[in-house]
Amino acid sequence: MKLRVDIIKTVGSLRLDAQLEAGEGTLALLGATGSGKTAILRCIAGLSDPDEGRIMIDGEPLFDSYRHVSLPPQKRKIGLLTPGYALFPHLTVQGNIAAAVDAKPDRERVSVDALRRFRLVDAADKKPRQLSELERQRTALARLWASHPSAVLLDEPLSVIDSFLKFGLEQELSDFVRGFDGPVIWASHDRGEVYRNCPSVCVLENGVTQEVISAERLLSHPGTEGAARLSGCKNIIGAIPRHNAIFIPEWGVTLRSAYPIPPFLTRVGIRAHQVRITEPALVNTFSVTVERVIEDVSSTIVLLRPNGASVDAPLLRMELDRNTWRTTPDQRNLTVSIGPQDILLLR
Amino acid sequence: MDWFPLLNSLRIALLSTILVFFAGLFAAHRVTRLPQPVLRSALDALLTLTLVLPPPVIGWLFLRCFGPGHMLGYWLRQFFGARLVMNWPAAALVSALVSFPLMYRASRGAFARFDAGLTDVARTLGRPEAWIFWNIQLPVCRRGVAAGTVLAFARALGEYGATAMVAGYIPARTATVSTALYQSWSGGDDAGAAFWVVLSILLSGACLLAVGVLENARKEEL
Repeated sequence: MKLRVDIIKTVGSLRLDAQLEAGEGTLALLGATGSGKTAILRCIAGLSDPDEGRIMIDGEPLFDSYRHVSLPPQKRKIGLLTPGYALFPHLTVQGNIAAAVDAKPDRERVSVDALRRFRLVDAADKKPRQLSELERQRTALARLWASHPSAVLLDEPLSVIDSFLKFGLEQELSDFVRGFDGPVIWASHDRGEVYRNCPSVCVLENGVTQEVISAERLLSHPGTEGAARLSGCKNIIGAIPRHNAIFIPEWGVTLRSAYPIPPFLTRVGIRAHQVRITEPALVNTFSVTVERVIEDVSSTIVLLRPNGASVDAPLLRMELDRNTWRTTPDQRNLTVSIGPQDILLLR
Repeated sequence: MDWFPLLNSLRIALLSTILVFFAGLFAAHRVTRLPQPVLRSALDALLTLTLVLPPPVIGWLFLRCFGPGHMLGYWLRQFFGARLVMNWPAAALVSALVSFPLMYRASRGAFARFDAGLTDVARTLGRPEAWIFWNIQLPVCRRGVAAGTVLAFARALGEYGATAMVAGYIPARTATVSTALYQSWSGGDDAGAAFWVVLSILLSGACLLAVGVLENARKEEL
């Protein structure tokens, strides 16, 4: 089963232009807060109409502005999990699940089945506000499951959860998604969440979707500045191609890449943990001065000024193991290197 | 003791509250869903107008429409052989006009606070709009709606100005607690007047107590 989206919509000051396809395996919709993730999911679910375009599931149109088709959300069979879950507060767990079953005679059977499947039997008669966070998520998933959706949309499912609870919730969510037979779109701003759960990723930047790539490729070749930032890259700086190498004017540094340098290159990205302290005279080495040292929970962050840098150039952020930093002899002047395969070539 | 004015007041208030309940819910639901804030504010003002207008203004306007010599009154008489003046249904209708804003305001407030995310999820689960309104939105907003209903009932129970104009005071026909009180007082029957005064205070107090209980329960739930 395939879910295909190709839509345009103006929402306030944001112009959405979304093209994506979700089939086997969960597709991540990775975007910063306010980039339009929720607006796209709402269009797919039928809660708002795009200005133009098509939304198809298995070749059947849910929305088609050219043929004037727009099914109401009730007829689309798209399950939506929203932040906070939107459980019906006045109904019990079982009541919430039963509310998702169309046919009256099936309600009892399906909801009892769902209670068992989602380990909610003991909570069946509780109201949502009496539930633990885990039970609340289970109830939302059970309700979703009971409605027999043909596709599932997860809208920042873990964004309002305290971080110490997240891990357990994420695993159950992950199990649910893996067991679901149909397209799943998992919207998130968290690269870790995406990397752990989604084989493919669609990056969303200011309402515009980039091409769908694998999660691996997002880390090794993000392609655009926005994708690099979303993938967690901390150093992004203007660059120009020069004689098969990359010149960074602000730092006065020339770097070599292991990959062919595209002519449209305007920036490079360097991940903080891929900056290494090294001996001079290796490839891609340059000398730097330490500007600031920040002790993080499990690592040390060091801000470096390349020695050829202009006065207002951004600092190079290096992140390394605390022990490695403690045993560095000269903590003032260093030589660092960046592996030619680790330089992200960006548009 | 003649209990007719109390019974008449109760049936007027009851019919008025039934009318106001459905009309108020419908209007509040519709206005809450309007996308334009300016239109919403304008309708809020219009639909609350009868709360602040002097009741005789409403009585006069009502008579201009349903009075025997006027268009709607004439039609009612021609086609149904009915009239809507000097009887208790007329009093109920005019009380409904006066108490409508109380129901409307309370429901409107409750609907505006209602989380539209619940409606959205219910839609994606396949539930029809009417089902969502009666099974999700109304139960979630029940305390605000109930408070509005009780207030509207209390207001209709004590209505005087408009009722006196459209139903007058006919003993055992249109007498209500308020009009009976006025008649007792103007006829020099102080004991009779005091009786209706005490009864009114008790009834209104009980209604307000019910509203208070409902609103406190809502706050605790949040």
